Amino acid sequence: MYPPSFKLLVPQSLDEALKMLAEHGGEAKLLAGGHSLIPLMKLRLARPAYVIYLGKLKELSYIREEGDTIRVGALTTHSEIESSELLRERCPLLAETASKIGDRQVRNMGTIGGSIAHADPAADYPAALVALEAEVVLKSVNGERAVKVSDFIKGPYITDIDPQELITEIRIPVVNGAVGSSYEKLVFRASDFAIVGVAALIVLGKDGTAERVRVGMTGVAEGPVRAQGVEEELEGKKITEEDIDKASKKASEGLNPPSDIRASSEYRKAMAEALTRRALIKALSEAKKKA
Amino acid sequence: MPERRYLGKRIKRREDLRLLTGRGLFVDDLSLPGTVYAAFLRSSYAHARIKSIDTTRAEKISGVIGVFTGEYFKDKVQPLMTAWALTGADLKPIKWPVVVHDKARFIGDIVAVAVAEDPYTAYDALEAIEVEYEPLPVVTDMEEAVKPGAPVIHDEAPNNVAFTWRLTGGEDFDSIAAKADHVMRQRLVNHRLIPSAMETRGALAHYNASTGELTVWVTSQNPHVHRLIMSASLGIPEHKLRVIAPDVGGGFGSKIPVYPGELIVSRLAMDLGRPVKWMETRKENFMGTHHGRDHITDFEVAYTRKGEVLGLRVRTLANLGAYLSTAAPGVPTILYGTMLSGPYKIKSVDVEVKGVLTNTTPVDAYRGAGRPEATYLLERVMDLVARELGMDPADVRRVNLVEKAPYNAVTGLIYDSGRYREVFEEALKRAEYSKWREIQSKARKEGRLIGIGISSYIEMCGLAPSRIARATGFGLGLWESAVVRIHPSGKVTVYTGSHPHGQGEETTFAQIVAEELGVPIEDVEIVHGDTAQTPFGMGTYGSRTTPVGGGAIALAARRVKEKARRIAASLLEARVDDVEYSEGKFYVRGHPEKQVTIQEVALASYTADKLPEGEEPGLEATVFYDPENFTFPYGTHVCVVEIDKETFKPKILRYVAVDDIGVVVNPLIAEGQVHGGVIQGLAQALYEYAVFDEAGNLLTAGFNDYMIPTAIDTPNVESYFVETPSPHNPLGVKGVGETGTIASTAAVVNAVLDALSHLGIKHADMPLTPYKIWEILKEKGVKA
Ligand SMILES: Cc1cc2nc3c(=O)[nH]c(=O)nc-3n(C[C@H](O)[C@H](O)[C@H](O)COP(=O)(O)OP(=O)(O)OC[C@H]3O[C@@H](n4cnc5c(N)ncnc54)[C@H](O)[C@@H]3O)c2cc1C
Repeated sequence: MYPPSFKLLVPQSLDEALKMLAEHGGEAKLLAGGHSLIPLMKLRLARPAYVIYLGKLKELSYIREEGDTIRVGALTTHSEIESSELLRERCPLLAETASKIGDRQVRNMGTIGGSIAHADPAADYPAALVALEAEVVLKSVNGERAVKVSDFIKGPYITDIDPQELITEIRIPVVNGAVGSSYEKLVFRASDFAIVGVAALIVLGKDGTAERVRVGMTGVAEGPVRAQGVEEELEGKKITEEDIDKASKKASEGLNPPSDIRASSEYRKAMAEALTRRALIKALSEAKKKA
Repeated sequence: MPERRYLGKRIKRREDLRLLTGRGLFVDDLSLPGTVYAAFLRSSYAHARIKSIDTTRAEKISGVIGVFTGEYFKDKVQPLMTAWALTGADLKPIKWPVVVHDKARFIGDIVAVAVAEDPYTAYDALEAIEVEYEPLPVVTDMEEAVKPGAPVIHDEAPNNVAFTWRLTGGEDFDSIAAKADHVMRQRLVNHRLIPSAMETRGALAHYNASTGELTVWVTSQNPHVHRLIMSASLGIPEHKLRVIAPDVGGGFGSKIPVYPGELIVSRLAMDLGRPVKWMETRKENFMGTHHGRDHITDFEVAYTRKGEVLGLRVRTLANLGAYLSTAAPGVPTILYGTMLSGPYKIKSVDVEVKGVLTNTTPVDAYRGAGRPEATYLLERVMDLVARELGMDPADVRRVNLVEKAPYNAVTGLIYDSGRYREVFEEALKRAEYSKWREIQSKARKEGRLIGIGISSYIEMCGLAPSRIARATGFGLGLWESAVVRIHPSGKVTVYTGSHPHGQGEETTFAQIVAEELGVPIEDVEIVHGDTAQTPFGMGTYGSRTTPVGGGAIALAARRVKEKARRIAASLLEARVDDVEYSEGKFYVRGHPEKQVTIQEVALASYTADKLPEGEEPGLEATVFYDPENFTFPYGTHVCVVEIDKETFKPKILRYVAVDDIGVVVNPLIAEGQVHGGVIQGLAQALYEYAVFDEAGNLLTAGFNDYMIPTAIDTPNVESYFVETPSPHNPLGVKGVGETGTIASTAAVVNAVLDALSHLGIKHADMPLTPYKIWEILKEKGVKA
């Protein structure tokens, strides 16, 4: 597990990092928590000529609520997200999702920007972020742009990022009112990537009808997907458990999840349904408490 | 009996302070001035002829010292051969070249070696070596390998069968089957596991051309055995070869064998005149260090309508991989076939094992080695018989358990001591077996899936005596040695031929010596792992260290004490018979004021002016101890599981282990061994499995894919001991290193299958992952 040689660059500011990217772009890799990149380098599957270490850019580590948006800096670690009072209060789905990533060591090192940039098809955040309709903010020397997470992740380990760009933050629209959410993750062994992960969000109106239902899934496709059939089935209803039982069956509609040495595609489909049901039941009971 | 100060006490492991604070000294911590680093190019194919190797590009890389191929090593290092040449089994002389020159037989085979000033450059060099292969057909499946027309892996074994071993004991199976009410057949797969010790394997070799001495630091469970085999293979006389196994980070059997790696770096150290070091990467460890288990068994069991199991006919294929590793042939035969009566009064055992060669990583001893396989089979038999007869699985065991020891099993073993039935009942009581049966039947009505599994086992351990080991074709004896040396100041150093590497014997051995000599435990130091310091010993495996190594130490301590008593008598001007010893002091019986301390005696033994007539100076003893028989720990484990009805994930609700390991030297450490062992065994039941694809690539070559359970996944293990001393060694101990692993796989599988039994599921092969359980139910058409 010895990587080929590379040159390490340590920018002291975001601007400096962007300049380095502009110069070395295609030959460089950004290093955040290192928990995805370093294993790949040790296996010689990633062979960057330059590694740009982002650890000094404290300016990219924050969690803030501004207007109707929650902004999470790209270098914020999973454990900071998990334990953030603000998120637990205003966006518990993201905090809960972070708490279910890997183990404590992974959460202490790994960052949300790194996770989104890496785009592992079984990563946890993407399920929550598509349910939350979040955006990724990208910056380069040429300027800044924001892309929906659902558009940003194109496939397994493939994203819509330019070699000169860096992820600076994740923007999540604040959801107010009687909101309930839950992230359900199935692993065969603690601290593994998800076999299937399902994030559910329900917003109830004053009369108890579901104004908004969002279901994001990971592990079942090339990237995160929304279970739109489930959402449509439930929105506008005064949801009962029976409704959830019925709607969850649609979670696997149109899916063709991967098969591997752990589990078959069919099992993953069955689990997408089972976890959708669980996540929705929890989300509903949370939302009802706030109604 | 005087009150014990140390034996039986919960004393914390003295090795932990250094290990937990990072002050241990492992092979990878070592480096000598001028050390160079070796990296191994492993085969790209599981079976391929090597047509040519071009090393020129690699050799030109700056920092590369040399690249060496099979041609280089062919005549310099003798190929490895197994040290357990089973007698009467038509064992084929399979040779394992340290670097292959004609063809590669599995993906871990070493094709070339790069040596460089640093490991990074060595790995760069590997990428620049150009090998032209001619791929050959691959066979990884044992059943395919023994079919006519299968690819031949070794010319010496044209049908890929390395040996055929047979044992028949007791009545003839056919005649007993004719008398039985029922005969049942079943096929069982005991799948392949990867030992995955925390520390990978590696070696550092240093050669002194002036003295002709080679020193090798290596990750070994048995440095003396390593030296013997390496000496033969390298052609270096034993007295010029020193093998040191410093702290070793776990082995589970995988550090018993001698592998190509340590031989390669040794030879290169001699040729290059510089110390050469190699440390496996984790991926290499998965591919190249041996694997465990991997049996396919078809059995027939004859039983009565009362549940009495009369006889077993067992036909097992054991996958040995591409070569015969050091102890490999003995594991699925001697350590498995002879155990097939278990703790039960079985009247007929007829077992045949074929050792099969395939294009996979070699398979050898893995914690429990053969005995978990036997226990798994027997405990599935008990549950299957119960199912067929509609009996409670506990009752079937009650019908069959051995009543008392010593017991002569039909397989030829004599069980030493035990209260098999009492321990069984105690385990059931502690686990609240009947209560759980009630909970289970209620839960079933609510559609919940709760299961209870029992596993009763007996194991042959304390691997010894030599007479039996030799009769089975084992290359060496199986005794153990010890030197107990009291220094002039009265402090004690103990040199043992065993080599504990995580089991805690630096503590338990010190307890034994402190107890025997009546000195403070702090005054006792245990030295092990260095062939230049310790007497020849067989090493640490097979739960033998405390019964055999500890036995040798106890005897040496007693011998030293006798000498000290004679010297004390001379100092006290008393008759030896009148001198008593207690808590570090010799005194004259009836005159406690006339006393000398052991420290005073020690000094006197070295000043040597007041020794009794004919007594040699010094105060030490060397003992080579060869026990008269094995020891036989046994016990019953009970496991309760609940399977989630939506995800099919099994959760262990309760795990109770009651074990009789003889005298318990240190309950804290013994419980730790049970905990670790149980978890390693349940890992096979629920989590771990090694997978090769058809081309012979290992798909589970890392911790990502090979599922070792974590602390979070594992249950609270409730461990209890019952002590029936073994009459076969001076301490009455039996061994505890493997009990957990031997028992738990079956306990957990039985529990999971019991949870599904009302759904028409009789048997399913491990590992019972959530996916597997889902699939079993789906195949049965069961909607749980
Ligand atoms: C044992 C283990 C278990 C794990 N379990 C899980 C799990 O259960 N669920 C889960 O979701 N993940 C899991 N992970 C992955 C973990 O969450 C990673 O930390 C995360 O995917 C990557 O974050 P990082 O900060 O470590 O990124 P790095 O490894 O530093 O980088 C990953 C990639 O992202 C790029 N990158 C990093 N930061 C930026 C940025 N700001 N802008 C643009 N590109 C960037 C890098 O160049 C690299 O290509 C696990 C990892 C390990 C080692």
